[in-house]
Amino acid sequence: MAARSDTAAAVKDIEAYKYGFVTDIESDRAPKGLNEDIVRFISAKKNEPAWLLEWRLKAFRYWLTLADLEPAWAKLHYPKIDYQDAYYYAAPKQKAALKSMDEVDPQLVETYKKLGIPLLEQQIMSGVAVDAVFDSVSVATTYKKKLNELGVIFCPISEAVQKHPELVQKYLGSVVPVADNFFATLNSAVFTDGSFVYIPKGLRCPMELSTYFRINEKNTGQFERTLIIADEGSYVSYLEGCTAPQRDENQLHAAVVELVALDDAEIKYSTVQNWFPGDKDGKGGIYNFVTKRGACRGKNSKIMWTQVETGSAITWKYPSCILQGDNSVGEFYSVAITNNRQQADTGTKMIHIGRNTRSKIISKGISAGKSSNTYRGLVRVQGKADGARNYTQCDSLLIGSACAAHTVPYIENRNPTAQTEHEATTSKISEDQLFYCLQRGMTEEEAVSLIVNGFCKEVLQTLPMEFAVEAQKLVGISLEGSVG
Amino acid sequence: MIEIKNLHVSVQGKEILKGISLSINAGEVHAIMGPNGTGKSTLSNVIAGREGYEITQGSVTFAGQDLLAMEPDARARAGVFLAFQYPVEIPGVSTSAFLKTAINAKRRAEGLKEIDAMEFLKLVKAKTKALGIADDMIKRPLNVGFSGGEKKRAEVLQMTLLEPKFAVLDETDSGLDIDALKVVSDGVNALRGPERAFLVITHYQRLLNYIVPDHVHVMTGGRIVASGGRELALELEANGYAKYMAAA
Repeated sequence: MAARSDTAAAVKDIEAYKYGFVTDIESDRAPKGLNEDIVRFISAKKNEPAWLLEWRLKAFRYWLTLADLEPAWAKLHYPKIDYQDAYYYAAPKQKAALKSMDEVDPQLVETYKKLGIPLLEQQIMSGVAVDAVFDSVSVATTYKKKLNELGVIFCPISEAVQKHPELVQKYLGSVVPVADNFFATLNSAVFTDGSFVYIPKGLRCPMELSTYFRINEKNTGQFERTLIIADEGSYVSYLEGCTAPQRDENQLHAAVVELVALDDAEIKYSTVQNWFPGDKDGKGGIYNFVTKRGACRGKNSKIMWTQVETGSAITWKYPSCILQGDNSVGEFYSVAITNNRQQADTGTKMIHIGRNTRSKIISKGISAGKSSNTYRGLVRVQGKADGARNYTQCDSLLIGSACAAHTVPYIENRNPTAQTEHEATTSKISEDQLFYCLQRGMTEEEAVSLIVNGFCKEVLQTLPMEFAVEAQKLVGISLEGSVG
Repeated sequence: MIEIKNLHVSVQGKEILKGISLSINAGEVHAIMGPNGTGKSTLSNVIAGREGYEITQGSVTFAGQDLLAMEPDARARAGVFLAFQYPVEIPGVSTSAFLKTAINAKRRAEGLKEIDAMEFLKLVKAKTKALGIADDMIKRPLNVGFSGGEKKRAEVLQMTLLEPKFAVLDETDSGLDIDALKVVSDGVNALRGPERAFLVITHYQRLLNYIVPDHVHVMTGGRIVASGGRELALELEANGYAKYMAAA
């Protein structure tokens, strides 16, 4: 409540200063609405070079031409979004540190416990001041120093714009162009936050990026922009998100993630998304419109996406791979869980351009309550992709009788030597399975969690170890109350 | 241990059990024999608390508690175990993960902390060896692709690990060759003791050569029509159920 009234007060302030703001670079909030001045304001705030401002403006002007072209092909229903009724820039607010876990929302603490998150991480995540025994800042600094010595660049994208402009300029928008789609274009105009990663030639990055940092980051922005470049022969595993529930005042999220893998490089990108899904009746909840794409630009390169999507009211997300280099490999492993009134339309695109390119898609959709869960995937083999191969497996699991699961695979094959395979199943948790587990003393919730985790195993086991354990628990928690 | 009184059960309006009364004391092994379709499996399902059965009359008391008022999982944690005639496949869930979850559910009910990984492995290893279960079986998804014999061994393994107070074995001998039958019976016999009761449901007397019961009941047409000692089973083997079918 306190946070809400703070916001209300802040909004009032801004409204009052509405007309004077453009010159007022010191202001920490842009007024409501979206126009060129807002885009300039964001760019000025970030002290960006001229080329980036031009890039943003180009995106914004193009976006204006798309006004009525918001994608409508997904199986999602939501009220029309008024893009002028939103804020596009707000400096991160410093929250007052809490003194102990006693001050944290008990419901949040309960969820942390169920997820098995260590007390220390709980404290950091909920903003409790951590005692001197474990100085989070110094640990982060130690990691950063080590990464630095290895030549790894891992920093906020706004920092990379200042320190490594040549890399950012070379790769930004090279995988997801400014004009890619409505949401990506919007993101290009107004992105404010995100990560930048560069792994130098031949280096196998020795730690999961953001395994530690994920709990230490500031609130992620509404329009995140992430760019990861793996130079020749390098390897990196990147983790995004958090199993703990994420609350956010912004309802609309439109992130863009671009990955570039050069010759013989490999990128593993794992996501756990647990944003506020709205209440039982579907009120509130995040709208998540994400564009994620990786380019396997070099020969023998590999990009692997793993996602566990349990949150958000609306999920519109298709992490994709452009398999340009010969012998490159794209993989997509997905668990998408929808409960209550959640809607997810998610899948992938595998674009085979180079010779002997291979792709694999394993998608597990679980629908419960009155939710709707759609897999939408494209496998395209272009004319020169001799010997390309794809294997797709889409499994849907239904819990209860009021939910829906849909599978929409598109296969376009323009090369006679290519092979594509598609398998799909739809099943329900059977009464027999449930009763069998109950007869062994498990509660209904434990039984559902166990059965669903078995269903998702192939995907969950691709997650980095410590994440996998939390993700398993998350699967159970997301489905609480879905049976009986 | 368990007291069944005048139990009447219907399925979709059709009466299947027509007044079953049965009392089993701790330390005893009772066998129910009867032809197919007489309500033997209905009785085991009702004891375990499966949905879809309407209890129209009678009571079941377990260790002084009203068993019929308890949820199926609470019955299991209180010590009621059902070895299934058709064990259910759980894809993607390794047998060992399933066992561990079940053991911990019971331990939690008893106020114990969860079993640690080393202790669990040691325990399972010892029990699988005794049951002639190959080490790799517990790594496979539960019952998925198991042979008939493997499924029944897995049931007995679960029973051994969960140490129930009262176990119902529903046609545990079906689909077993003679070697598997011996192994499974040895597993059951090893659990026999003064604190534990068994109800063995079977079509054939063969099983009772290995698991020797204290009492034998004949069930036809939803009623227990005869009760006696071990010799009753032998008589049934010699003469069949015809005599009792007429009685029902």
